[in-house]
Amino acid sequence: MAWEWFHRLGSPRWFYHKTGAWLPWLALASLVLLAVGSAWGLGFAPQDAKQGNSYRIIYIHVPAAFLALAGYYIMAVSGAIGLIWKMKLSFVVMRAAAPIGAALTFIALFTGALWGKPTWGTYWVWDARITSMLILLLLYIGVLALSRAFSREQVADRACALLALVGTVNIPIIYKSVDWWFTLHQPASIKLTQSNSIDPSMFYPLLTMIAGFYCFYAWTLIAHTRSLVLQREWRTQWVQQALGEGS
Amino acid sequence: MPAETAPTVFRAGPGFAALLRLELLLALRRCADIANPLLFFVTVLALLPLGVGPEPELLARMAPGLIWVVALLATLLSQESLFRSDFEDGSLEQLTLCPQPLYFAVMAKAAVHWLVTGLPLALLSPLLGLMLSLPVEGYLCLLISLLLGTASLSLIGAVGAALTVALRRAGLLLALIVMPLYVPVLIFGTGAVQAAVDGYAYGAQLAVLAGLLAAASALAPLAAAGAIRISLDN
Repeated sequence: MAWEWFHRLGSPRWFYHKTGAWLPWLALASLVLLAVGSAWGLGFAPQDAKQGNSYRIIYIHVPAAFLALAGYYIMAVSGAIGLIWKMKLSFVVMRAAAPIGAALTFIALFTGALWGKPTWGTYWVWDARITSMLILLLLYIGVLALSRAFSREQVADRACALLALVGTVNIPIIYKSVDWWFTLHQPASIKLTQSNSIDPSMFYPLLTMIAGFYCFYAWTLIAHTRSLVLQREWRTQWVQQALGEGS
Repeated sequence: MPAETAPTVFRAGPGFAALLRLELLLALRRCADIANPLLFFVTVLALLPLGVGPEPELLARMAPGLIWVVALLATLLSQESLFRSDFEDGSLEQLTLCPQPLYFAVMAKAAVHWLVTGLPLALLSPLLGLMLSLPVEGYLCLLISLLLGTASLSLIGAVGAALTVALRRAGLLLALIVMPLYVPVLIFGTGAVQAAVDGYAYGAQLAVLAGLLAAASALAPLAAAGAIRISLDN
């Protein structure tokens, strides 16, 4: 009985009706967290001893990079769920996650390049972490390109899910690249199991930004999934009704 | 024990061998398909010194990377037609109906692809290393790393070829989706040759390449078989 909501979540119709109410709250949470985090991080956190004010890009760069990687897992796992249990909705989530993940990867690369100029004196180096993020972007673009190539939606879903799954082989390499190849990029500052190498006065605003980015991700993913659900199910009666009520 | 009572899995052997022989025969009948990747490999490597300059020191430093990248491109270009003709004449569909798992059919096709492109390419590489004035220490390592690496490339590329077989003009899309997956092979392949040229031990990189090949031969035919079934639905 208690798991009924979980089974229902697989139905596009139920998902559409249920998540409509979540969106304003997620939007509110993400906007508040992002506003507080960026004001705190950009305005009030102390200057870095070595990097001065330029380190403040971390408040955009690190959360974006976090979610670029997590987003790939979300895409691949929902694709796998779709392949295994043939759930329509999880394919829709996978398709919705691809452009968002690609955009976040691009933001991480772009802010990284901006951050690299004042600290390393160059926009781009062929460092392990940076190169592997570029490859992550190419993996996302590959999934996007493949999804556009098929004429039949169901075939595109399964093909993309398979490609996303094959691509996951590369993701652990990206996660670990900073620890394995100690090149120009600094190793991860935030660790769950050991004490942080980052001061609390800088860490808490970063944590706020990460939480804000997660809420923002959930918000955009659900919103995009809802719009894709409408696009795919537009022939059904419930969509006609839902749109009729909305207008 | 009579053969009829053996489990299905063990009977995949003869089917695999028959398919391997058939594919190899087909490949050998189309000599142009074998020659083209090799000619491409040689032509591009002949153009590179014209582009970057013929200084032997410069070429020697770039040789491992150049040979590896061009080998990768040659593999990729020849991969598009891996399942194409079988898809068009319907024999790919017949293969999915066979009692033996599709895994072995993909494995046979990837193996033949490697035998007619990767293997000659690797055997040709010392000659090209000579042309690019690669230091003598690098030759053996270049040969072994290409033998191991191109086999992985054939297997990984089979997944991309299977995903795009139902699409017209799939060439560029295939490159886009397969290239990122080639990256680990490229890193360790060039790493091994570079280490050999610099006089370091290169056993570790070759071991990683062999590990990648083991993983690719276990997983890639599975993924490619799934991709073929998806493509046949289109």
